[in-house]
Amino acid sequence: MSSLSASDRVSIAVQDVSVTYRTSVERRPTLRSTVKRLGRRQRVVREIEAVKGVSFDVPQGTVLGVVGANGAGKSTLMRTIAGILPPTEGRVEVQGRVSTLLALGVGFNRKLTGRENVILGGLAAGLTRAEMEHKYEEISAFAELDDRMDLPMRTYSSGMYGRLAFSVAVNMDPDILLIDEALSVGDARFRRKSTRKMRQLCGQDRTVVLVSHALGTIKQLCDQVIWLEHGELRMWADADSVVDAYTDFLDVSQDAVTLEDV
Amino acid sequence: MSTPTEAPAPHHARNEWALERHVYEPHLVGLPPVGQYLREIWRRREFAIELSRMKLRAQSFDTVFGQLWLVLNPLLLAGVYFILVDIVRGGQQPEDFFAHLVAGVFAYYFVSGAVRDGVKSVVRGGKLILNSAFPRMLLPLSSLILAFKRFLPTVLIYIPIHVASGLPVGVHLLWVLPLVLLLTLIGGGLAMLVAAVQVYFRDLSSFLPYVLRVMLYSAPVLYFAADVPDRYRLLLDLNPIGQALTAWDAVLRLGEAPSLHSIAVASAWGVGATLVGGLFFMSREREFAVRL
Repeated sequence: MSSLSASDRVSIAVQDVSVTYRTSVERRPTLRSTVKRLGRRQRVVREIEAVKGVSFDVPQGTVLGVVGANGAGKSTLMRTIAGILPPTEGRVEVQGRVSTLLALGVGFNRKLTGRENVILGGLAAGLTRAEMEHKYEEISAFAELDDRMDLPMRTYSSGMYGRLAFSVAVNMDPDILLIDEALSVGDARFRRKSTRKMRQLCGQDRTVVLVSHALGTIKQLCDQVIWLEHGELRMWADADSVVDAYTDFLDVSQDAVTLEDV
Repeated sequence: MSTPTEAPAPHHARNEWALERHVYEPHLVGLPPVGQYLREIWRRREFAIELSRMKLRAQSFDTVFGQLWLVLNPLLLAGVYFILVDIVRGGQQPEDFFAHLVAGVFAYYFVSGAVRDGVKSVVRGGKLILNSAFPRMLLPLSSLILAFKRFLPTVLIYIPIHVASGLPVGVHLLWVLPLVLLLTLIGGGLAMLVAAVQVYFRDLSSFLPYVLRVMLYSAPVLYFAADVPDRYRLLLDLNPIGQALTAWDAVLRLGEAPSLHSIAVASAWGVGATLVGGLFFMSREREFAVRL
């Protein structure tokens, strides 16, 4: 370690970031439907301002929680930090290798085996084959999928999908880990294991950004919390203050329902 | 899409301070910084190669029969076309026609294979695109690599046919290399273009076989370029692979250097398709993450 303390270094700097994107209302846009629509002036493309002028820093080693209602821009912000959806305005600077565990799981080709998907995902993330072969052992051991790893992913149950996704994200040895509501995967035993792993990761000198509706988990794991509302940063402070303010805002007492691991 | 500005430290110097650095900023005129983008592609080339290999394996081409099918399929097609054309022409084919047909069909299958696999490459990339940052262009590029891998064994099949037909062998055959490069550029450019358009119009992949069929019929594969009537000559220029295959035939069958016209038009298509397809793809790729 250097003479500087860990918190002097900023892992993620989000400066005045706005993210706007256009998306189609149609689930499966086709040329046929576009031609049919000609002259009818129906608008099927909607512009969504998901994040508006948000700024914050995440010092290295911090566990940052993100709370907010559905559609507040939490997931979009995570994808912007991950570099998946570049901002429309502002600037994001990230120091270190990012590993993501976003809402949608691992892998992309259900015809390929779990092993192949893991390797491909790693190569896409910029790791070399040799590094990936090495990490693969840890990943498959953690996921405990054994010989299922060599079966096509279409044969997996959704719980197994989640387990593999979690194992990939936490075993990539990232400098920065982005987790989007994915803490509760697998069966009870695996959940306990993943919570333990999360605690371990959060305890290390590693930056973690955690999006969750489980306010209890947020309070336990996070040092700082940001609260997003309608794409804007409403509050950025220590975990207790934000969670308390957020809970007051929701006008619900901190009962078992909101604090539970969901 | 991600366009990380990174300053990776030399491997031996990697320590706490030599972290990768990524900066994400709005894209100028909708384009990510091109130089950086291309470097990222190069750095992750293994991904595209591995993906094409797994696709081949998923199609069970790692078995003996799978590989046999790989060469048998285009050969059978060439056989069917040969009979078709032979009937149409009243059984009066010149001796070198079969070799011409086989060479043309194989080259056509290289380009059309890249386009056919490429069209769905991005849409199929689904979760990987939603969840990780990497240059999306690697997806259609892996389709191109796949098509090339399927093209190579057909070259081996063509060689004995070439020799058996008594076609000229000599240094002029070196022309094959730049022509394959041009076909690669055309196939890759078109693959990138259709891959991006498919995101917006999901029925493109159902129209595409017709377009590709027209491309085959308007190229000098089922006939010789020299036999094309004057009023249809323009088709050879308008078809992306029209002049490339004219040059292909000149080199392989006639044993001569391609005409300047063929090379010029084929190069224009190659460079043009790559630039237009590549730039269009890059300009749209930020949206892929929200349109899938």
